[in-house]
Amino acid sequence: MSSQPMPIEPAAGAEPSTARIFLAVLTRDLRLILRHGSEAATAIAFFLLATLLFPFGLGPEPDLLARIAAGILWVVALLASLIALDRLFAEDFQDGSLEQLALAPLPLPLVVLAKLGAHWLATGLPLVILAPPLALMLHMDPAGLPVLTASLLLGTPCLSLIGAVGAALVLGARRGALLLPLLILPLYIPVLIFGTAAIDASLAGLSAAPHLQLLGAILLISLGVGPFAAAAAAKQSLV
Amino acid sequence: MHSSLPSRADPAPEAGLRQAFLVEDLACQRGDRLLFEGLGFALDPGQLLLLTGPNGSGKSSLLRLLAGLGTPAAGRIRWRGRAIDEDAPAHRQRLRFLTHLDGVKPALTVIENLRFWSALMGAPAPRARSALAAFDLERIADLPARFLSAGQRRRLALSRLMLMPAALWLLDEPSTSLDGEGTERLLAAITAHRGQGGIAVIATHDRLALLPSQELRLAAGEPAR
Repeated sequence: MSSQPMPIEPAAGAEPSTARIFLAVLTRDLRLILRHGSEAATAIAFFLLATLLFPFGLGPEPDLLARIAAGILWVVALLASLIALDRLFAEDFQDGSLEQLALAPLPLPLVVLAKLGAHWLATGLPLVILAPPLALMLHMDPAGLPVLTASLLLGTPCLSLIGAVGAALVLGARRGALLLPLLILPLYIPVLIFGTAAIDASLAGLSAAPHLQLLGAILLISLGVGPFAAAAAAKQSLV
Repeated sequence: MHSSLPSRADPAPEAGLRQAFLVEDLACQRGDRLLFEGLGFALDPGQLLLLTGPNGSGKSSLLRLLAGLGTPAAGRIRWRGRAIDEDAPAHRQRLRFLTHLDGVKPALTVIENLRFWSALMGAPAPRARSALAAFDLERIADLPARFLSAGQRRRLALSRLMLMPAALWLLDEPSTSLDGEGTERLLAAITAHRGQGGIAVIATHDRLALLPSQELRLAAGEPAR
């Protein structure tokens, strides 16, 4: 038997298509989140409720609310995106799926990117869509709405990408959920600063473009670094 | 080669280039603890290596190293003469690793779980159904996996092996929670895999009727310092 050739070794060109596997991971994660993902619902409910509480806490002063609406929306969106984050890899890690994903033909950074895509579609995109009506409720000038949407559209993927590194680093740590915000909140600050500054600029009649461009730059950097750093951290947890 | 562990493996390193799967002088460290060192074996197509040893002796850690998850403290793992970390994607492509965790998603149905793995491996879609049949799971194909018993979950995890032929199977306690009939199906799958020229490394406590080509017994690791 030992002299027999090995017919089941994969041929050189037989590698499965990267795009197909990428989509398979993305749709699986999306399906998992939508089917029992209370985290996504919690994040969205938190975003709605926490924003709705501000008018009660600050009193019925439309001018004050209008002035700080951008900051409220961005801070609450940032905290909401933290909620679902620690489950990003934790379930796959606990049930052994992460090992199978790490051994898949798809490079692990791309697996991470696919999971992040699903995560953002389920938790980030709803925030972007809900933000304009909430901004109107906070008496924000409707002229600022396009920039609000644009800044969240550029900023929330950054939050997911940066957060993924933290979520992968705390895998297997005993107090992971506690450690995670401490690790990544400092990295969120630039996103917060440029996100709110863009809206403030447009409300003041200035151009929001420089701030949005900086947000875009942060997005590109985190797209380039985040998946690789998260994949490297996740691999450490599997050793 | 000074092997501190009993191994019936071919000790001649010169023969290494011809061996399909060759492990030389491998050492594994977990924290301060040296789990094993000087471990080696060589496997030809169709051969099966049985890993035995008490709990905590490093069987799972060894399988992880063989899968390319993590770097050994010392030693080399070669596939047809090439170190596995030289071409990690090819090694991932050729191996199936069954850990003690099943990797089953409770929210997905049985067939959805299997379809996902099949897409992940790039297997043709109809394979999922026939893989289910190999472990007698067709009747519960559309049941959400959270309703499965431990044995059924194990069968589902094992049916992943049937999706696509692979040259190397690494199985960690594959018969856990299986009933007699499930164990027989597992043995049949392993025999078929070997018949196709596949290599298997299996860690197990119950010896099963595996007819191993070689056996490697890991000694209890030295206590933590």
